[in-house]
Amino acid sequence: MLSYLAKRLTLSLIVVALVLMLLFSMLHMIPGNPAILALGTRATPEAIAEYSARMRLDEPVAIQFLIFVGNAFQGDLGTDVFSGRPVTQVIGERVGFSMALIFSGMGWAILLGIPLGCLAAVRPNSWIDRITGVFSVGTIAIPSFLVSIWAILIFAIQLGWLPAIGAGEPGDIGDQLSHLILPAFAIGLGWVGYLARMVRASMLEVLSEPYIRSARAFGLSPRKVTGYALQVAILPTITVIGMGFGGLISAAVFAEIIFARPGVGKMIFDAVSDRNFPILQGGVLLATGFYILVVLLSDLLIAWFDPRVRQSL
Amino acid sequence: MDVRRETARRERRDKLMRFLTNWQGMTGLVLVILFIASAVFAPWIAPYDPNAMNIPARMSPPGWDHFAGTDQLGRDTFSRILHGGRIALMIAAIGVSASLVIGLALGMVAGYGPRWLDNLLLMIFDAVRSFPTIILALATVALTGPSLGVVLAIVIITTIPSYARVARTATLALRNTEFILAERALGASTLRIMWHHVMPNVMGPLLILAAMEVPVVVTIEAGLSFLGLGVRPPQASWGTILNEGYLVIRDAPWMVVAGGIPLILTTLGFTFLGEALRDIFDPRMGRGR
Repeated sequence: MLSYLAKRLTLSLIVVALVLMLLFSMLHMIPGNPAILALGTRATPEAIAEYSARMRLDEPVAIQFLIFVGNAFQGDLGTDVFSGRPVTQVIGERVGFSMALIFSGMGWAILLGIPLGCLAAVRPNSWIDRITGVFSVGTIAIPSFLVSIWAILIFAIQLGWLPAIGAGEPGDIGDQLSHLILPAFAIGLGWVGYLARMVRASMLEVLSEPYIRSARAFGLSPRKVTGYALQVAILPTITVIGMGFGGLISAAVFAEIIFARPGVGKMIFDAVSDRNFPILQGGVLLATGFYILVVLLSDLLIAWFDPRVRQSL
Repeated sequence: MDVRRETARRERRDKLMRFLTNWQGMTGLVLVILFIASAVFAPWIAPYDPNAMNIPARMSPPGWDHFAGTDQLGRDTFSRILHGGRIALMIAAIGVSASLVIGLALGMVAGYGPRWLDNLLLMIFDAVRSFPTIILALATVALTGPSLGVVLAIVIITTIPSYARVARTATLALRNTEFILAERALGASTLRIMWHHVMPNVMGPLLILAAMEVPVVVTIEAGLSFLGLGVRPPQASWGTILNEGYLVIRDAPWMVVAGGIPLILTTLGFTFLGEALRDIFDPRMGRGR
């Protein structure tokens, strides 16, 4: 396990380094003075001189890169071009909205999708299996941003049940939750069907294994047998959930823009149109870093459960 | 010899029959043909010019004159959807074939080449995949400005790794088979082995994967255009129709409804088709999915 851990961590670190390199070259690839790009066109000559000195823009690019990485690791991601506040502070105010959205979206999908898939696999060709099948195909086929738009149309405009935009009054938990329901529904819907399908397929495979037949022959209760099978069948699902977080982050960006939710995704989107590069860099770094971390965790979890995986890397 | 050829022919006919009797596959095929035909023949089918404004008839609901209503400039939504399909088809055709070719080449190199090259390529694929698509697109557009070319580049870059991985796994499995060893013993060059022996064997699963990737690509285009990062107005695309509809969602809800339906039908079509092909030609691939 330890050598697997070391190898897997090294791989993640290399990927993080590549991401940092790409982000750094972003500011240097476009023609023009990086200081003006980072400070905005309204920057005074003094501010530009100060920034150039602080970022050592006169040094070779390699050294500048190391400084950039060093600053990033110390939590210094530069300052917001417009408000002049540290990027980390701006992100800190918004990250909660995004995390709440992502985890509640994934959460309800897991809580509904895995039991649905299990039920469908235990009773193949029953009505619940058919409904799950149709529901899966139907929901997977609708892109999440379309679900967001249609959810606003149906539940906020036509029915008027839930608020359409914003994240709710600060401090009012009930209001914030009611603003969370629609976006979380929108980003999770496709996942319910996807997870149900995955779990069903891998459950059916495991249920036909000899050791399950033996367990049945020994007279174990169906509930217990299902439990045994699920422990094994869940493994590919963990990988899929981990890899799927990338798609979930993309879906959350769309949901935040469509529902005007002040999260990190909305922040990155606004930074693009404002050409606010430090904010953009910080947001992209956070989003990719988070994704790399989730994939790493899901890989480690799999390796923990399945010794065969540890040997393959 | 004749018997063998007869068996092969029968097997092919058998597979074709299985496809023709598979309702999912046939539904998929019909939807895919509908998608391609409506996009190709859009200028002849569309009742109106997609960009012709008709201010007096602006935001009129669906009816006999306008099947899917009109937008805030009085443009016919149905005609715009048909023309938007052309953008989707173009991106899908160019994007999927380009990433298929590049992914195939890189995957074969990774699978057949030296170990260090394999590891390097795998790492690059991993790095590309650690950017959530939309984040990568936003970062790129910030540098280059919105355009269809950027969308195409994003689509190609983000989908290469999935083709490359499949091609690599298949190549690795082939690499040490007897007939490849025999070819090598006969003195065949690496290039010849890759082109004549590895590629035909790798191609099958890749083509099925390509069918499944089409909806992904179409959705990326629509999503980016929805955010204003792709196609520029007044050019019609499913994404820009949805965006324009989203802005007037309270007064003209038919735009977001009509604009979304072709996206769903296209996704269903290619997914059904891909899954049916996979079940018939490559049953192993579907396991664990």
